[in-house]
Amino acid sequence: MNVVGEIIFWIFVAVTVGSAGVVVFSRKLIYAVFALLFTFFGIAGLYVFLQADFLAAVQLVIYVGGVLVLMLFGVMLTNRIADIRISHSTRNLLVGGGATLLLFVILVVTVLNEHWSPLNMPFQGNTVNEIGQLLMGKWLLPFEVASMLLLAALVGAAMLARRSDQSGDDA
Amino acid sequence: MNHLTVYLVLSAILFSLGIFAVISRRNAIAVLMGIELILNAANINFVAFSRFGTTNLDGQIFAIFVIIMAAAEAAVALAIVLNLYHNLKTVNVDDASTLRG
Repeated sequence: MNVVGEIIFWIFVAVTVGSAGVVVFSRKLIYAVFALLFTFFGIAGLYVFLQADFLAAVQLVIYVGGVLVLMLFGVMLTNRIADIRISHSTRNLLVGGGATLLLFVILVVTVLNEHWSPLNMPFQGNTVNEIGQLLMGKWLLPFEVASMLLLAALVGAAMLARRSDQSGDDA
Repeated sequence: MNHLTVYLVLSAILFSLGIFAVISRRNAIAVLMGIELILNAANINFVAFSRFGTTNLDGQIFAIFVIIMAAAEAAVALAIVLNLYHNLKTVNVDDASTLRG
């Protein structure tokens, strides 16, 4: 990778880690949601560096366009924006922080002590074409199960979100 | 320090931050955002090992399925949170304790 690519790569890493920190430690919930936008964006950039261009596009469309808008709706519908009291309270700071730090140290020590020998052989050819062939061939059954899951989630979410006292019948 | 290690350490950071959000935040939507961070950390691992460990794209396929599952989970969880707010007038996960014995 050339120098410019290297610099852009580290910028994406910094954006991802920094905004993830804001997501977790921000006092206001609405700031956390907008920081999550930058986290997803940085991860999409990292996918491009991993030669997963289709996955980067999927990340942008589904996470930034779908999940994040859902989160924003959730925040706006459940919190009074002026009311900061609900949004910023935390619990288990000492115990949870200690346990998380321990987990993090274990993970990083394991990763750094392992002698990885990366196979630096980039995929040859069109990734979108290959992903389409795999989804319609080798992974056809999981693909169909995923479509059933999405249908069930769609019906279930619509059913759950309906207000029972206004519809009259059960909900 | 090769790039695979960078991706793995980055994924470990995101995973720990997500776990910490799930443990420490009181707001149900903040907990959901922690879960999204955890799923993204797992996805980075899948794609990185697909790039540096194999010559096929099976890791990317698995990442697509994780994204599908995350979208379905977010939709259902948000519907549950809205119902919780409608019934209890709060989204604080500590206050939703009516099932506690």
